[in-house]
Amino acid sequence: MYGLGIIRGMGITLKHFVDTYVDDLRFLGKRYYDESSLKVRQGPKAAGAFTVQYPEEKLAMPERFRFVPFLLFEENEDGTTQDRCTSCGICSKVCPPQCIWIERTKDPVTKRPVPEPKDFHIDIDICMNCGYCAEFCPFDAIKMDHDYELSSYDRTSAHVFNKERLSKPVSYYASIRPNFFLAEEKVRAEENKKKAKQAEAKAKAKGGGKAKAAAPAPAAAAPAAVAEAPAPAAAPAASAADLDAAAKKKALAEKRKAMIAARKAKKGK
Amino acid sequence: MTDELKNPNIPVPAELEGTVTITTLDKLYNWSRRSSIFPMIFGLACCAIEMICAASSRFDLARFGMEVFRATPRQSDLMIVSGTVTKKMVPQIVRLYNQMPEPKYVMAMGACASGGGPFKEGYNVVSGIDKFIPVDVYVPGCPPTPQALIFGLIKLQEKIDQQSIKSVPWYNSDAIEAIPIPILGPDLIDPRQGSQIAREMAVATEAEA
Amino acid sequence: MAAPATPNTETEVLSLEEKFAGIASPDTREGYEGYIIAADKAEEVVKYIRDDLGYDYLSSVTGVDYLEDDHMEVVYHAFKTEGGPALNFKIQTDRENPRVPSITHLYPAAEFQEREAYDMYGILFDGHPDLRRILMWDDFEGWPMRKDWKEAYYEAETKPFKNRWPGGDVYRIEANNPFNKNVVYPEGFNLNGYNPLGDKTLYDMLNQYDRGGSNLKTDQIVVNIGPQHPSTHGVFRMVVRLDGENVNALKPVFGYLHRNHEKIGERNTWLMNMPYTDRLDYLTSMCNNHAYALTVEKMMGLEVPERADYIRVLMNELTRIASHLWATGFLLNDLGAFQTPMLYLIKNRELILDFFEATSGTRMMCNYSRFGGVAYDLPDTLRDENTMDWLHEMIHERLPRGLEELERFLSNNEIVRTRAIGLSPVTAQEAIALGMSGPMLRAAGVPYDVRRAEPYGIYDRFDFDIPVGTTGDVYDRYLVRVNEIRESIKILKQCLRDMPAKGDIMSVKPGYTHKVPAGEAYGRGENPKGELGFYCVSKGKGHPYRYHIRAPSFINLTGLEKLCVGTKIADVVVVLGSIDIVLGEVDR
Ligand code: SF4
Ligand code: SF4
Ligand code: SF4
Repeated sequence: MYGLGIIRGMGITLKHFVDTYVDDLRFLGKRYYDESSLKVRQGPKAAGAFTVQYPEEKLAMPERFRFVPFLLFEENEDGTTQDRCTSCGICSKVCPPQCIWIERTKDPVTKRPVPEPKDFHIDIDICMNCGYCAEFCPFDAIKMDHDYELSSYDRTSAHVFNKERLSKPVSYYASIRPNFFLAEEKVRAEENKKKAKQAEAKAKAKGGGKAKAAAPAPAAAAPAAVAEAPAPAAAPAASAADLDAAAKKKALAEKRKAMIAARKAKKGK
Repeated sequence: MTDELKNPNIPVPAELEGTVTITTLDKLYNWSRRSSIFPMIFGLACCAIEMICAASSRFDLARFGMEVFRATPRQSDLMIVSGTVTKKMVPQIVRLYNQMPEPKYVMAMGACASGGGPFKEGYNVVSGIDKFIPVDVYVPGCPPTPQALIFGLIKLQEKIDQQSIKSVPWYNSDAIEAIPIPILGPDLIDPRQGSQIAREMAVATEAEA
Repeated sequence: MAAPATPNTETEVLSLEEKFAGIASPDTREGYEGYIIAADKAEEVVKYIRDDLGYDYLSSVTGVDYLEDDHMEVVYHAFKTEGGPALNFKIQTDRENPRVPSITHLYPAAEFQEREAYDMYGILFDGHPDLRRILMWDDFEGWPMRKDWKEAYYEAETKPFKNRWPGGDVYRIEANNPFNKNVVYPEGFNLNGYNPLGDKTLYDMLNQYDRGGSNLKTDQIVVNIGPQHPSTHGVFRMVVRLDGENVNALKPVFGYLHRNHEKIGERNTWLMNMPYTDRLDYLTSMCNNHAYALTVEKMMGLEVPERADYIRVLMNELTRIASHLWATGFLLNDLGAFQTPMLYLIKNRELILDFFEATSGTRMMCNYSRFGGVAYDLPDTLRDENTMDWLHEMIHERLPRGLEELERFLSNNEIVRTRAIGLSPVTAQEAIALGMSGPMLRAAGVPYDVRRAEPYGIYDRFDFDIPVGTTGDVYDRYLVRVNEIRESIKILKQCLRDMPAKGDIMSVKPGYTHKVPAGEAYGRGENPKGELGFYCVSKGKGHPYRYHIRAPSFINLTGLEKLCVGTKIADVVVVLGSIDIVLGEVDR
């Protein structure tokens, strides 16, 4: 019969319409704004409308969810904090759109690099949330965040995240990715043990308990072993930035000139 | 609805409590505008897919009165620039923007529309639509998840809430000028920069000499 | 995967050498294969390759700029539709005045690809019917893919850029540019009196055809559909010339989403390209990752652990289902069944995306494959449910139920049938000649599927059918997609049954630098849209020297004009919907 297909199709629309109400009965009116029913509603067994009533209820992010990276810092018992990042630069090397800028700290006396970033910038207007930085950071110092509510009215000031904006405590990481955190801590603990053992062996080889006293490193943080040097706070960075501004401008002007010249050279050929 | 509109600063006589609602014109004006934003169907790239997902049944923009995506700029209030803005596309975007009636809002969705995104270095990519048209809300992410987009839309609603009918530019007597449309020449050309181009060129020739 | 030549091809290939001694010589460079053909005799040789050797399907055409060797090369990959490996041949030309004969009249599939090579490299194709810029606009200056062409935001030849670390001083790159925009003005440019060509050549081309029309004296009008149009599936533009309501000429215009994948890709390291492939066909990022990983694995000679291979298949087929659901939903949207079917179909897609999100971390841009395996193992739980249970429920219950509903809902709907049956049919020969692939090709009755024709990964282990159509009309394309969902479910069931419960997911230690031996490779996978190919050239460094993408939706559009001429204007959007394009891939 002509039109039968259409009628059948309408039957399906009707079914979709009724499904929600039937489902409502199943949840006894607790269909919305309820953690446990949200999970069922969002699963493969769901029936009827499966709308998430965002902002009131939020779809839980899976542990691996990634959105804009953040930096981890350890909170020591005495209230000080310790960046995990050693400014080794690997994340800025693997970043596909090259949106990580890291400034390494130099020891003011010895002029040797100190394993802690002076500043750390990520331009989130470039970041493609690929997760490579977190994947390849050897110190578990940069991780992908779960916080996606980042909208702003002004990007020039708000969208280049500096170290302060990026840093979050390890405990936050542990709360968003508990399984990853536990697994990583296990590995770190083992590594630390190994290192301690090696150091001990070395010390023994050198002979005497004299060197032994220097060996024991803080148990939790691996990079801390190297980070004995005084760690300058992030504060002086600001004044330095002011000083830099003029130099930067000059460099830019030169760059621009060079570019024009290069283009000309190309043209001339 | 009434809760949102009630103005607590205006005392209501006790005998009228519950029978009348007093509000300000601004509140009413903004409430009605923000609860029926018509976005334009304007998908540029990957982010557009998430925009469609946000409009479809799971995230359902209809809850905010935004489900009516209009195909023509002349009927829409909001342009969601959802994706990479290429130089080839910029003239069209500016033209569409000019065709939208006031009040109009622009949202830059995703890293690309905000600041160039992962393709920023490309020769056909514009680093952010705000170089050409004013943007009200930026939603970072690549792509922003539908929830992140909705968060941005809520921010936009908040922005609308703060406007006052007395000061909004579209009731001013001065006409709002259209943005000149960029030209696709040897590269993208912004007509607003005509004099600057000439100056640069002069500097370049001087440097050569 | 490494494609050992079957004895059959070997004898034939030998005969190519014999027949054209001195004209077609084997490519002897380290890591290269195929033949180099003398430009002046190319036509004869290509004709022989097509007619006598039986390589009837031209898959990819692209240019390569060998700056150090001071020559350019056009690389062709042709296949047989019965299956088997590629025949790869090249024509070389100098850089100063690059000219190569066009093979469009032999292989119509080459039309847009030759135009692209012209646009990117400035290679002139003699005898091409319509040699205009394709991705950039006509007035644009320069040949962007040439190795010595530098864009406004040029920083360094290769990544990583030196100024990011250790002295990382954050800046926005547009500050490099005098105008704060990434724009370069040529020397002596004067805006006053500047008069760009605009679309002149396009309209000239459009008006050059005269296909008659009705006997009535009518004016023909030109209508622009797009780039901002609700049914062009993105920023795609078609210029149609109408005679009444009938389309009598049509030209697609590309490039509104040209994001310079290839230029950026040649600056990236091998691994950095992986997340960029996500953004090609952004509905099928898992498949894109897989195809790219296959290509590089082929060059590096890497094996993939069994579990990783199964996971890849699992992801591919789920992606295929998600993509076909999306395509079908939007086809119906274009047919006038506005929104409702689409919303129903997106529901199941959302659930699949949940799985991707739990496994790889994002819904769309999965960045999941690595060279030698996959990035992560499957998660233990998904929304507090055991993942395997979730998958089981999904694959054995939910998706089949959704498919059945889809069929009941639409396949016999009289309106859909009236609109779609008989609309823009295409024959098998035409489809092959036009280089169509994927559901487009199969709907025309050619049972060609890369998973069968040249099995990659572990696809040879699965039992599945290749759905084909008969007439190649819009309805057939719809049916082929629906049936492919069914076959994918079949593969998924087998995959779930056979997948080893535990095992390695990487055959090598994960790392971010990769030494890829010098040479070339063409790797391909069967994407939901068709054959996705990557042509990579390595010089033994950490980044590709040439990185070309053979994008299925782009090449499927070669036939758009042929499909649309003679139909009504209202049907053009339906035909376009049935091709199922994704602009990220069309324009790259
Ligand atoms: S975040 Fe990790 S990879 Fe990046 S510099 Fe710090 S320690 Fe190195
Ligand atoms: S997520 Fe990817 S793009 Fe973003 S900062 Fe990390 S490596 Fe760079
Ligand atoms: S921000 Fe990311 S997802 Fe959005 S358009 Fe750009 S590349 Fe695509």
